Amino acid sequence: MIPLHWYLLVAAGMFAFGVYGVLARRNAVAILMSIELMLNAVNLNLVAFWRYLAPTQLNGQAFAIFVFTVAAAEAAVGLALIISIYRNRETVIAEEINLMKW
Amino acid sequence: MGDIFTTISTFLIGLLTGLGVDPLLAHIIVAFLGAFLIANFVLLILIVNIWLERKVIGRMQDRIGPNRVGPWGIFQTIADLTKLVSKEIIIPSGADLVPFMAAPIVAVASVILVWAVMPLAKTAIGTDLNIGVLYMVAVSSLGIMSILLAGWSSNNKYALLGAFRAVAMLVSYEVPMILTLMVPVLLSGSMQMGKIVSDQQIWYGFSMPVAALIFYIALTAEIGRSPFDLLEAESEIVAGYHIEYSGFAFAIFYAAEWAHAFTVSALMAALFFGGWQGPFAETIPTLGIVYFMGKTFLIYFMSMWLRATLPRVRIDHTMSFCWKFLIPMSLILITLVVLVDKLAALAIGESYLDTTTMLAMTPRSLALLAVNLVTGAFAVWWIGVMGRRERERLAALEIKHVVIETSAAGQQAK
Amino acid sequence: MAFTPVTFVFLLMSAFALGGSLGVVINRNLIHAAMFLMLALFGMAGLFILLEASFLAAVQILVYIGAISVLITITIMVTRRIMGTTESVNKQWPLAAIVAAMIAGTLGFVLLGRFQNVEPVGAVPDTYIAEMGKALVSHQGYLLPFEVASVLLLAALIGSIVVARE
Repeated sequence: MIPLHWYLLVAAGMFAFGVYGVLARRNAVAILMSIELMLNAVNLNLVAFWRYLAPTQLNGQAFAIFVFTVAAAEAAVGLALIISIYRNRETVIAEEINLMKW
Repeated sequence: MGDIFTTISTFLIGLLTGLGVDPLLAHIIVAFLGAFLIANFVLLILIVNIWLERKVIGRMQDRIGPNRVGPWGIFQTIADLTKLVSKEIIIPSGADLVPFMAAPIVAVASVILVWAVMPLAKTAIGTDLNIGVLYMVAVSSLGIMSILLAGWSSNNKYALLGAFRAVAMLVSYEVPMILTLMVPVLLSGSMQMGKIVSDQQIWYGFSMPVAALIFYIALTAEIGRSPFDLLEAESEIVAGYHIEYSGFAFAIFYAAEWAHAFTVSALMAALFFGGWQGPFAETIPTLGIVYFMGKTFLIYFMSMWLRATLPRVRIDHTMSFCWKFLIPMSLILITLVVLVDKLAALAIGESYLDTTTMLAMTPRSLALLAVNLVTGAFAVWWIGVMGRRERERLAALEIKHVVIETSAAGQQAK
Repeated sequence: MAFTPVTFVFLLMSAFALGGSLGVVINRNLIHAAMFLMLALFGMAGLFILLEASFLAAVQILVYIGAISVLITITIMVTRRIMGTTESVNKQWPLAAIVAAMIAGTLGFVLLGRFQNVEPVGAVPDTYIAEMGKALVSHQGYLLPFEVASVLLLAALIGSIVVARE
């Protein structure tokens, strides 16, 4: 059996990559992809804990299913916003969308 | 008595462990061999399928199909594939190599992976996952990505437009497919493909004809065959998303499309027409494989028949048909089926859910058949109303057109 | 730790997940980044299967790879710029790398300290999919979050159509 901390380390690694992607990438779509990576890492954590510590309860799986749902909804709306911004501003680079900056 | 696959695999495992191989490794090797066999079968049977389709469609169109290469033209497909393999794979300039080469592979992979859960006989199934139906749907949705990658990496505006159209249609038709796929799952109470087939003492196609019809229409759209041919309408957008593919890469796309048609007929046979059920299929499992293949080829013949007869549906008609007709119909159907099922179960009692014999399943089948016929009548009436409304709208447009023309002609005459 | 086939599959799937994530955040070509995202999500599905959450693995492939990745790829294709001429990272990338490393370090330290060598408490019950289904629609279970999630999806559906229209 694979020890629990291996799964948790993989999830931590994916989360760290996602944080780097959100903070360092210029393109808005790439930022959204990194957000999806972070949500996936959280899912992996939830399911690993469910399997190893409470396999007969349903909380872990239910939480993971709702994370899926919210991630799907958020990706759809975020991408629609990006397409709308592209139509108006001709750019998707996050630094250049700065009309409301001080 | 086991079927032919189980017998051979137990023999091989015994042979390998007798030679001193670790039992776990022997199991893994035999499993790999089984997967290899099934994948090859799917890819090899399409040589027969392509020849069969050309002959059958030829006869339906009052001509002989290919008959030069070998007796009755049976080597025609091999000649075609040899020609395709010997051609150069032309890579367009500016094309992205990684998606260009990955797209055909993902397309074929998503088709062959479905056969892992296909129940071939009572004891022969690749792996009886307890989420078999969900796995099947998930794996077919991998094919959508391959279309996008192919359209994009060709560096061609028309390939991209064709890819967008194709993806829009495929994603839309997944919804009625999944909704009506829930019907066999509801009736068996499980997502295991093996259990769905062995529960069909009375075929689900007989007790739920409208659901089977909607499923079949959605599947025909998913594989991009006539009448939903616009994924590769040769007369419209040349070849859609695989314009720039030639040689062996095109042969893989070609193979993926035909293999998908065969896989989809096999799915229809397994889920709605009893799969391997038939006389003596329980006692002689190998006979189950014969029945399964027979039903698959019958449904494939219907698919060929549709292709030879029906004209192509326009893209906006396809989308409005899906969203405005098929999805509401499948939602209404599922709601009514579940409602009637629950009420009838309460009325009849314990024996309602029994699936051991044909007689025991009759009350349930009759109740569901009644629901289906009512929904079918409603669907026919509704599509009549939709058609009438469309005709009136077009007629109104015609009148406006004539008015504008006469006034313009009047202006010119002055 | 014996090198069983399960360990081999775990290492392969983790390589997909971590390698794919690295590819997403580093790649300058956005389409390649989207393909790496698909690889990472596929690795995650494999890890779910190893954790005996087969329903979640199938939903992961269906929703993430079959729908969200397609959406992301279409957006990349629609909002394309001339790829390869712009930098893929902005001016603050060293700071971002430090922050990410700190997060990974803290998480790793806490996890290794607390959860070292935990064995599974029990086995997953056979009927967990059926129980999950019943729990999602029972009022002692997750009926309210289920209905709220449907309203959320409806709002997202209508919102994205309205926002992305001409």
